[in-house]
Amino acid sequence: MSETSASSPDSDPSAAGGPDPADGPLHLAVALQDAGWHPAAWREPDARPRELFDAGYWTDAVREAERGLLDFVTFEDSLAPQSASPFAPDDRTDQVRGRLDAVLVAARVAPLTERIGLVPTLVATHTEPFHLSKAVATLDYVSTGRAGLRVQIAPQPHVAAHFGRREFPPLPERDFNAPQVQQLIADLFDEAADYVEVVRRLWDSWEDDAEIRDAATGRFIDRDKLHYIDFEGRFFKVKGPSITPRPPQGQPPVAALAHASVPYRLVARSADIGFVTPQDAGHAARIVAEIRQEQQEAGRSAERLHVFGDVLVFLDEDAGAAQARRERLDGLLDEPYTSDAPVFAGTPRGLADLLLDLRAAGLTGFRLRPADADRDLKAITRGLVPELQRRGAFRRSYEAATLRGLLGLPRPANRYATAAARA
Amino acid sequence: MTTASSADQRRPKQIHLAAHFPGVNNTTVWSDPAAGSHIEFASFRRFAQTAERAKFDFLFLAEGLRLREQGGLIYDLDVVGRPDTFTVLAALAAVTSRIGLAGTINSTFNEPYEVARQFASLDHLSAGRAAWNVVTSWDAFTGENFRRGGFLPREERYTRAEQFLSTAKELFDSWRGDEIVADKASGRFLSDPAAGAFKHKDDHFSIEGRFNVPRSPQGRPVIFQAGDSDEGREFAARSADAIFSRHARLADGQAFYRDVKRRLAAYGRTSRDLLILPAATFVLGDTDEEAAERAHEVRRAQVSGQTAIKLLEQVWNRDLSAYDPEGPLPEIDPDPGEHTVARGRASVRQVRDPLAVAREWRELAAAENLSIREVIIRTSARQVFVGSPATVARTIDEYVQADASDGFILVPHITPGGLDEFADKVVPLLQERGVFRTEYEGTTLRDHLGLRTPQPGERQEEAS
Repeated sequence: MSETSASSPDSDPSAAGGPDPADGPLHLAVALQDAGWHPAAWREPDARPRELFDAGYWTDAVREAERGLLDFVTFEDSLAPQSASPFAPDDRTDQVRGRLDAVLVAARVAPLTERIGLVPTLVATHTEPFHLSKAVATLDYVSTGRAGLRVQIAPQPHVAAHFGRREFPPLPERDFNAPQVQQLIADLFDEAADYVEVVRRLWDSWEDDAEIRDAATGRFIDRDKLHYIDFEGRFFKVKGPSITPRPPQGQPPVAALAHASVPYRLVARSADIGFVTPQDAGHAARIVAEIRQEQQEAGRSAERLHVFGDVLVFLDEDAGAAQARRERLDGLLDEPYTSDAPVFAGTPRGLADLLLDLRAAGLTGFRLRPADADRDLKAITRGLVPELQRRGAFRRSYEAATLRGLLGLPRPANRYATAAARA
Repeated sequence: MTTASSADQRRPKQIHLAAHFPGVNNTTVWSDPAAGSHIEFASFRRFAQTAERAKFDFLFLAEGLRLREQGGLIYDLDVVGRPDTFTVLAALAAVTSRIGLAGTINSTFNEPYEVARQFASLDHLSAGRAAWNVVTSWDAFTGENFRRGGFLPREERYTRAEQFLSTAKELFDSWRGDEIVADKASGRFLSDPAAGAFKHKDDHFSIEGRFNVPRSPQGRPVIFQAGDSDEGREFAARSADAIFSRHARLADGQAFYRDVKRRLAAYGRTSRDLLILPAATFVLGDTDEEAAERAHEVRRAQVSGQTAIKLLEQVWNRDLSAYDPEGPLPEIDPDPGEHTVARGRASVRQVRDPLAVAREWRELAAAENLSIREVIIRTSARQVFVGSPATVARTIDEYVQADASDGFILVPHITPGGLDEFADKVVPLLQERGVFRTEYEGTTLRDHLGLRTPQPGERQEEAS
């Protein structure tokens, strides 16, 4: 039990709804990707670029994050090699290319960790909600209640060509706001919302006590507690029930990264956690207000929806050293690295100031992107975390056994069980 | 075996053994007091660690993508539900170090890019222990769970499966294995800007771009095939590393073995390039008599009265719920029309002429005065190996030496402890006979199975 958190989120009645209070515990996640988020990070002396495709590399990173008592780690993924452009492939040879399936990396790490949440990325545009629903449910079983998922879309035509089932128009950077491009993006986010709805219904398609093993009647299950989901939407239909029983958390948390109104709506309608990229506290407040408004319109104001700020970090005990490291890494590129997220180069103390400032604007937590997966991750767990603990803003031990528990989300009732009880 | 080297001639043919996690059918006895969860990871860990302790080649997970129905209702008498194959195998890679990790993945409800990267990822994450049992389903019933649907005309089944597999092989081979140089000083991560480039076009798949998982330790996962038809056998002879076969009995197994192995030469392959591994159930006892008694008890647990009626309905294609399982077979004949009673069950599609089956069963019942349940117990799958550990070890060895198979995929009837007795009592006897490894000799599944690691771009079709 932590002396800084008032009571266990599992038992806290205020956990049932609404945003975290601005003086409540702060939530902290780390986004794992390649050798780090800076494209030259793999060239650092301590980097292990030849081990990026080995289980040990990922296990070490997640264990480090767990030593820092973080809520969860996310695993980036994509259905194409990384590219310096978000819109098109490249043929660079000076950056990390190639990555392993994020769900499988998370599953490989799960038995070797105990408390930290594991949130792989999945691409809704080209995958089957039935498969991913049972994959994340199973991740929840192999981690005994620590799974989540982060949903992403893939509007790029070159990614679609890997599947050959649909064709998308080119996404030229300068015409990104063209109506047909914006329409495609809006459609793909609507499709992602349907996808999440199917995944969630499938998780609920078995009631918790459906398996009865009743020797007297010879029945293994009570089939009245299994439910067809009969989803029919604009883009696809799915029958159900799942082949996998309801996962330990009931509903593993769903996350999405959002930079604009269309994805904010996906977060507000479908997610438990939104990752947003405000440049300052005022920007953060405006984004949070927009999401909360959408959340209310979606009829979800009673539910706790986290809004996490993404920050890319270079952390050193000396602010000048962090800045110098950033410049040195940028010097290895043709032009300095820029990010969709704000970039912080400084000390753990400075970062703690920034995070608490942003939290006052309404954010409930942060997903930090270490510029260097080794050095900056350790600076988060060994520098930032103790600093936040000193300020009473972060846990001193894990207070719950599940990811929902860490996030203050109660285990939800099964939508179908409720319907049956009413009927 | 015409290709055996002189060293191999001195050494008896080595047996390959695998463990099938108990499945969702009436072979698995869930009513036994020892039966545990078939969903929780602890069961999979225990099962896998037992198989690894016994030096098995691999463990195997089956797949089914729609819950079975009978009479329009979800079938509730057998174990129901299972976790996701890939996710369990990846997690098992963390708690085992040598044993192969094999899973069935359907080629109908997936795309090659996604499945290839999942298997390549699993092979990396397990340091070379992944295997893929390629199956094709074609029913619209299962397809209702998928956005792409699933119906495939029967004649297109194998074309699609073959094209799926050859597309996946192109993706595995799109990285040669030497592209990642990761030279920090020069800043060169890749030696080749086109690493992973592919372009594939056939009747079913038209895809191009770049694959994003570098070449995995085994090059490609070990490929299993399970189909039994003539096309299935030909497909296996051309493209698979092993067959998961149904022919575990001696004469039947020998005939299948001869038939499939003789097909290999046409593709420039030898007998050792394709292993035949039938699924086999077993019951052990201190003596052969005790094992026979236990086998009978297990059969009665597997075929309860209700289960007997349900299995009878699958042949009769009629609602027989009013019949007494302890009474005689129905006088009414099976409905030979389109099968409507049971859905999502592979065995139903394999039922031969139901009128002929009914005739045989009536003759059997009349000759021995058997009830419905007794007939089903007698005629549905009996255990393959029943006896004392010495008898079972000897029989397995004899079968393998007589070329009925290259080994067996054992299917215990209890989750998760059903393999323990075999591991503790039979494996040491096989080791004493000099036909089963006492330690793993290699690190990858290909090492355990004696299969070569394929070179990039090497196609079996081109080797002839």
